[in-house]
Amino acid sequence: SLSPGDTSVLAGLYGPAEAKISKELPDRAALEVLLRPKVGLPGVLERSREQLLRQTCEAVVLGVLHPRTTISLVLQVLSDAGSLLSCCLNAACMALLDTGLPLATLFCGVTCALQPDGTILLDPTARQEQEARAILTFAIASSERKVLMATTKGSCSVEEMQQCLAAAQRAANTIFQFYRDSVRRRYSK
Amino acid sequence: GGAYWVDSQQKRYVPVKGDHVIGIVTAKAGDVFRLDVGGSEPASLSYLAFEGATKRNRPNVQVGDLIYGQFVVANKDMEPEMVCIDSSGKSSGMGIIGQDGFLFKVSLGLIRKLLAPKCEIIQELSQLYPFELVIGMNGRIWVKAKTVQQTLIIVNILEACEYMTAEQRKQALAKLSGN
Repeated sequence: SLSPGDTSVLAGLYGPAEAKISKELPDRAALEVLLRPKVGLPGVLERSREQLLRQTCEAVVLGVLHPRTTISLVLQVLSDAGSLLSCCLNAACMALLDTGLPLATLFCGVTCALQPDGTILLDPTARQEQEARAILTFAIASSERKVLMATTKGSCSVEEMQQCLAAAQRAANTIFQFYRDSVRRRYSK
Repeated sequence: GGAYWVDSQQKRYVPVKGDHVIGIVTAKAGDVFRLDVGGSEPASLSYLAFEGATKRNRPNVQVGDLIYGQFVVANKDMEPEMVCIDSSGKSSGMGIIGQDGFLFKVSLGLIRKLLAPKCEIIQELSQLYPFELVIGMNGRIWVKAKTVQQTLIIVNILEACEYMTAEQRKQALAKLSGN
């Protein structure tokens, strides 16, 4: 489970497991993501987040090594204090690392909030997210810091988006260092 | 010369040709048994793939039995196939695993450590009690000792070996053999 600040997500990854005939793909693994909110039933917002996570993971997991199988990622939101999507992305990547599935690259999620006066805030709290003019979430790959996924809520200019992207890529270094330290701690016994 | 490969710590097994694994019989479908080997699909085992098996002399395999065999076909595109004889037709330790005993699951990293040429864990354990041991590359280990209690003690030590250092293990074994 992963928690920047007070946002906390528990991730469980199962696979490669036997796939249902209706879901199996003949040449690659079928990836499914289930995001469960803290209270209530999953709604449209969870579904759209699941699709974003699924597309990011599909770009990274080498599915061709496990055709006709299913890889299921289940995410449970334990607490939400802002930057939920990037927390889910980080939890998903750590779960993939822990399982030992073959990956092309690692990824991390960074959220930027663009405030009305133009300043950029990284990993905003729920309050800062509400006051912001636009909230941008990026999934950044570990090889050459390329962008895997970008999603925006609100409106911003192209230059502002480029600035947010540059700030997110710089912040990604800290997160990848955290991955390394966690894995090192885990396997150093 | 020489080949290098990278092994990483995993809990989920992916069938590989030549690996010796422990499978659980889940179904009998005509001439073929379906075995659960812990991978993404069940493996198949023909009834003729046992030592001395013929069409008249079928092996006595029931659903729920444990089988120790090796893969002859295991790639990502096809259903894995197992046999219980080696290339010369002899069983060489493979086949149906006997009654009683205890089957449990560990991570693949621990299996590789136990199967390494000079593994101290098994030597130290054998000085404690006599026991029978079958190690499957799919993360499954079957243990049988004289009494149920001895069996369970061995199971607990093997499971704990994942996280114990060598000194902690020696201390635990010394405490047990002192009893």
